[in-house]
Amino acid sequence: MEITQILFWFLSVLAVFGALMMVTSKNPVYSVLWLIVVFFAISGHYILLNAQFLAIVNIIVYAGAIMVLFLFVIMLMNLNAETEPQKNKWLKIAGVVAGCSLMLVFVAALRQSDELLKAPVSMGGETGLIKTLGKTLFTDYVLPFEISSVLFLSAMVGAVVIGKKGD
Amino acid sequence: MSDIPISHILFVSTALFFIGMYGLFTRRNMITMLMAIELILNSVNINFVVFNKYLYPDKLDGIFFTIFIVTIAAAEAAVAIAIIINLYRSHKSIDVEDATDMKY
Repeated sequence: MEITQILFWFLSVLAVFGALMMVTSKNPVYSVLWLIVVFFAISGHYILLNAQFLAIVNIIVYAGAIMVLFLFVIMLMNLNAETEPQKNKWLKIAGVVAGCSLMLVFVAALRQSDELLKAPVSMGGETGLIKTLGKTLFTDYVLPFEISSVLFLSAMVGAVVIGKKGD
Repeated sequence: MSDIPISHILFVSTALFFIGMYGLFTRRNMITMLMAIELILNSVNINFVVFNKYLYPDKLDGIFFTIFIVTIAAAEAAVAIAIIINLYRSHKSIDVEDATDMKY
């Protein structure tokens, strides 16, 4: 059992447990906090997969920006376990059964994915660093990069217009 | 590094995807449903990075797809939260089943 394998199992268990707690906890604030735990575990997976820059971006954007936004909105609306609307029990059981069946199909299909690999490949440790990524981003991916900046501008304007009080 | 089989990582992302799916179907709180969507997007991101590393280690397309998905998720969350705040103002509730009429 190597150190990467121990780390992999630890992060996997943390991610799945955090996701389960996020889905099942009644208080929305606890849901947000468990989702932040999941995002940190996923960032650890990215580091194990040689995507260091992506791990940092994931923490900054998700845990730092999106989740803080969610937390502020939840506190602004004063949501807690009492105001949480609940669906009935049978719908939850139906959700568990349907989700588990579909997951079983997926797992059975993915079981043979190890044979996809022709040979064990090793990519250099510097592949996911910002130097390599930046060079590719500003040569091959410069058009999607600029388009995403326009998308952000329109999302910003749209959020302000929609969220404006009165009409 | 490559001694972790690809199937194990795919199992983890599949589990996260279906946990997010269950959350999307069983919660009625709109904000929690949005959080379940973020979980689903993240499980897809793991798949992109894994396939990039294991199948095409000399390319970077999977990592760039993931970066663009993260940026689009940020924009989507901002607009969706603006819509939810507007709905909360007019309906005084964030239950999806209360939002049965448009605008008024």
